[in-house]
Amino acid sequence: MEIFDLFLTVGFWAATIRMATPLIFGTLGELICERAGVLNLGIEGIMTLGAMTAWMTVYQGGDLWTAVLVAAMFGALFGFLHCLFAVYMGLSQHVSGIGITLLATSLSYFSFRMLLPGVTTPPKIVPFENLPIPVLVDIPVLGPALFNQTPLTYLAFILVGVVTYGLYRTPIGLAVRMVGENPMAVESQGINVLRLRTGAVVVGSALMGIGGAFLTISVFDAFYFDMINGRGWICVALVIFASWRPGKALLGALLFASFDALQIRVQQMSGTFIPYQFYLMMPYLLSIAALVIMSRKAAYPKALLVPFRRGER
Amino acid sequence: MSGQTPLALQISAITKRFGSLTANDGISLDLHEGQILALLGENGAGKTTLMSVLFGHYVADEGSIKVKDTLLEAGSPAASLEAGIGMVHQHFTLAENLSVLDNIMLGTERLTAVRRDTSKAKRKIAKLAGAFGLAVDPNASVGSLTVGERQRVEILKALYRDVRILILDEPTAVLTPQEADNLFDTLRKMTAEGLSIIFISHKLHEVLAIADEIAVLRHGKKVAAFPIEEASREKIAEAMVGEPVDPPVRQPGEPGATVLRLNNVDAGGTVDRPTLKSASFTLSGGEIVGLAGVSGNGQSVLADLVSGLINPHSGEMSLLDNPANALTPATAVRAGVGRIPEDRHATGVIDEMSIRENLALESIRRPPASRAGWVNWKTINERARTLMSRYDVRGGEIGTTVRRLSGGNMQKLILARVLEASPHVILANQPTRGLDIGATAYVHQQLFNARARGAGVLVISEDLDELMTLSDRIVVMFHGLLSLPISPENVTQQEIGLMMSGQSGFGEAVDAA
Amino acid sequence: MRLEAREHVPLWMTALAPPIAVAVSFLFCAILILWAGASPLSAYGDLIAGALGSRFAITETLVRATPLIFTGLAVAVAFRAKLWNIGGEGQLYAGALMVTWVGTGAVDLPPILMIPFLFLSAAAAGGLLLLGPALMKTYLKADEVVTTLLLNFVVLLLVNYLLFGPWKDPMAMGWPQGAAIIDNGLLEGLVPKARVHMGLIYALCAAVLVFIMMRFTIWGFEIRAVGHNAEAARFAGMPMTWTTVRTALISGGLAACAGVTEVAGTKGYLTADISPGFGYTGIAVAMLAGLNPLGVIVSAIFIAAIYNGADAMSRSIDVSNYIADVITATSLLLVLAAVALSRYRLKRG
Repeated sequence: MEIFDLFLTVGFWAATIRMATPLIFGTLGELICERAGVLNLGIEGIMTLGAMTAWMTVYQGGDLWTAVLVAAMFGALFGFLHCLFAVYMGLSQHVSGIGITLLATSLSYFSFRMLLPGVTTPPKIVPFENLPIPVLVDIPVLGPALFNQTPLTYLAFILVGVVTYGLYRTPIGLAVRMVGENPMAVESQGINVLRLRTGAVVVGSALMGIGGAFLTISVFDAFYFDMINGRGWICVALVIFASWRPGKALLGALLFASFDALQIRVQQMSGTFIPYQFYLMMPYLLSIAALVIMSRKAAYPKALLVPFRRGER
Repeated sequence: MSGQTPLALQISAITKRFGSLTANDGISLDLHEGQILALLGENGAGKTTLMSVLFGHYVADEGSIKVKDTLLEAGSPAASLEAGIGMVHQHFTLAENLSVLDNIMLGTERLTAVRRDTSKAKRKIAKLAGAFGLAVDPNASVGSLTVGERQRVEILKALYRDVRILILDEPTAVLTPQEADNLFDTLRKMTAEGLSIIFISHKLHEVLAIADEIAVLRHGKKVAAFPIEEASREKIAEAMVGEPVDPPVRQPGEPGATVLRLNNVDAGGTVDRPTLKSASFTLSGGEIVGLAGVSGNGQSVLADLVSGLINPHSGEMSLLDNPANALTPATAVRAGVGRIPEDRHATGVIDEMSIRENLALESIRRPPASRAGWVNWKTINERARTLMSRYDVRGGEIGTTVRRLSGGNMQKLILARVLEASPHVILANQPTRGLDIGATAYVHQQLFNARARGAGVLVISEDLDELMTLSDRIVVMFHGLLSLPISPENVTQQEIGLMMSGQSGFGEAVDAA
Repeated sequence: MRLEAREHVPLWMTALAPPIAVAVSFLFCAILILWAGASPLSAYGDLIAGALGSRFAITETLVRATPLIFTGLAVAVAFRAKLWNIGGEGQLYAGALMVTWVGTGAVDLPPILMIPFLFLSAAAAGGLLLLGPALMKTYLKADEVVTTLLLNFVVLLLVNYLLFGPWKDPMAMGWPQGAAIIDNGLLEGLVPKARVHMGLIYALCAAVLVFIMMRFTIWGFEIRAVGHNAEAARFAGMPMTWTTVRTALISGGLAACAGVTEVAGTKGYLTADISPGFGYTGIAVAMLAGLNPLGVIVSAIFIAAIYNGADAMSRSIDVSNYIADVITATSLLLVLAAVALSRYRLKRG
């Protein structure tokens, strides 16, 4: 009975939307990369780096939006690095991506330690505040849940529309979808495959960076080690769950976040009956379940993982 | 020559090397407006390389290309497109999951544009399709189109960009003779509009039917060029091959006992909608049966069935009178099926592994190649040396990675692996695709030898000439149905073409099944 | 100028590529050390001294290399078959859990039986943990990269639960750690007054065994064939599912052995931090070794030296020991790049 009441509370829905936000950024970012035929396993590290750089920017006196931009730029930079290996040199996208994650994560931790030597408790900053949208916020239940969020959450939702429009209604979106299906088709129409793929990965990685930034300058107010905690990997699973469609990615992120929000509340209600670790396992097990259900009939972009080498036979 | 239309394209002394191989050696060609230039040559003569240079996929080491009077920027497909050059590749460059419209429009609008103008594009496509006889539904997904329709999309792609010079690389290889005639009509309409065409082929009769000028390449060099009036089959053939090759000829023979039998077999696709529908078919020892058909009509399902990769949904299949409904690749090999797969690189060899390992792929689990789980490298090495010399595999030692072998040597390696097991049934799927005349003759001779030894050979090929040469009987496949076998002596290629497009021959087959 | 593929890569280039890459990554990290306000020369001096400068340093480096050899081998086997096992960390802990379960008194055998029993039972646990993702890949096409990664988190939470709950050692004065491994199950020390233990010998044996398996057995042949071209291997009649299952059991089992060496060797009991990312570092170890099982020994010792050296360096000067992770990550990427680039040469035009 109590569980059903939950679905009517504003807090539950607001938390769902909030928890979905970094996943939306990450999933959209990964989706753009994969649509162009490049798996980006750098996502976990890029989100960590985005979280660290954004927080550090604000901590050093920068503006919150500057911090978002910085996180996006660092994301883009490491996306570009991934492309040097995985696109230009045509190396294994798996190994390169893992390498990028290791590098981005270790650089984040190293820089954090160097910039804040001898700090034991992480210092705090003033994060984004909620920005209620007039009129809309007055809708019962939905209003306060949907329209009383931080600006980055609104940005995530807007981006879903932008990415959808971009992929399906613009020439460049067509080219990106095509390069993930058959790079030779793109090359033979006079478009540079390597540059196009790199562009897509750079943009996608910038979004991942913002996804990480959301955690440190919007939800929380500090940077902790291990704070991404597998969210990047979950985004990779969500892309498959969403069959590489931005709309479904939003749905997947929301579904996922709602389970997460539910899990936290049930955990609080049930006291010590089930150990909390088992609740914390839920998101990971759920992601695996999502993969298991969706993968069999998933229509992968045909050229995903396939490097394109120009002028070679 | 006086009375010629102006030059559309001038290729001057192009040289292109890949490592130690000189694929193009100082080749020069002229193409006039409104003309069709046929570029002839065996596989590996350098035709595709030259066209890839022209289209900007490769950068030439030496030489230059002029379109009209402007020098063409090297190594840029975009520049070639800009100059009005379009290319229809032998392997289509289409994305199957996307629509015809998407495939045609790609790259024709500014990439920075915020919106695609699809209605204007559809109008232009409809106009072009009408003018050149290239009907196709712009909203259809490319994956749902037949091979012929896909080729129309490729040509529309080029026309949509207002090309003045169109390169067609082996355009008829995948078509029925009738579809090829339609293509020629389209090409003639295009030259009437002043377009120039480079037509790459190795089929002499087509070239004589359509070309204005002929140029022949051999071993990377231009060895002959003359207008169509001066051309003859003999003259072209001699220029292509250099020295005369004696193609092997089928000797009369008596078929023996049945080695492979399919009875009412459904397979592939889904149980409710199988790709191969109630197929009944027998293959006897000592005969070669050719399977003709436009690609995508179910030949690959039949090949997978015989290879053991898939099993029938219903019906019975038997090998040497033993039931074979639950065949696997491993049991197929042990039951005496030799399999030459369609795609050498993808399924035939593991090109990152060595020649000796590839020769042992199918026998590694049995003595003497291994004992109790331990690989017997000594035996494998000795066997590899023997097979390489017996089957004339050149281009490396037993430890060389297969990636470095030419297509012909790779196919010889596969033949060595297959034939050394003395199979009763041989499945040869596109056995000579991409091979030069010498290697083709070698493969044909080996298949004839196997037939003489008493093996039953099933040849699947898109090349009707090849099927006519090899087969004792020909079976045509259309929409997953098998025709009754016909004797190549009693049928013309045109008649087989009609069967390949389902316009004749399948009433009886359906009744018989 | 542009790149052209070489027809033949000279042996010296293949051999030189990894050391050059490592040198470049040291140069890159020198910039970071400068940024931290220290002298790269003295920092690297401290690093080398901390890694190899004394008998103690060398034995400690070998202690750290021991689990890395196992996780590196796990990756080397799996990646050869193109089974992208990124779950070494989880498998390591699965092995550690198993050892704690059976090795703290539930089973008591003489050492000559107990030690193999511990390794085998742990290997079974790790192998089974990877078998799930491998079968999900085979039958459901679920990407094993994501599933193995996600399982790392699940296993670590399970370890956490057990150590804070039912398996918490009441004798540990409140610390979240498991009961001590019984004496018969402990891996003996190799040299007096040093932590380096028999686990190192077992790791070296494992590397040799894996090398023999890959080179001289059908299993190795099939793993390589499936990895290079699954379609051709299937066509040739190789047992695809079995090969995947075997690869998963071997790879997961090897990673789990790293859990044994840490719990029964280095520590003597289970804690939630027995592995500072040995599973993930194993990927770098294997890639630096070019997936060669014997090369794994060298690269594991090398990476262990960097980590121990960086620890020593961060104690003496003010450079965070995360520099070791940075060096490892850049080495991994640069070795990939160097090997790729040695296949090409510059060509004018």
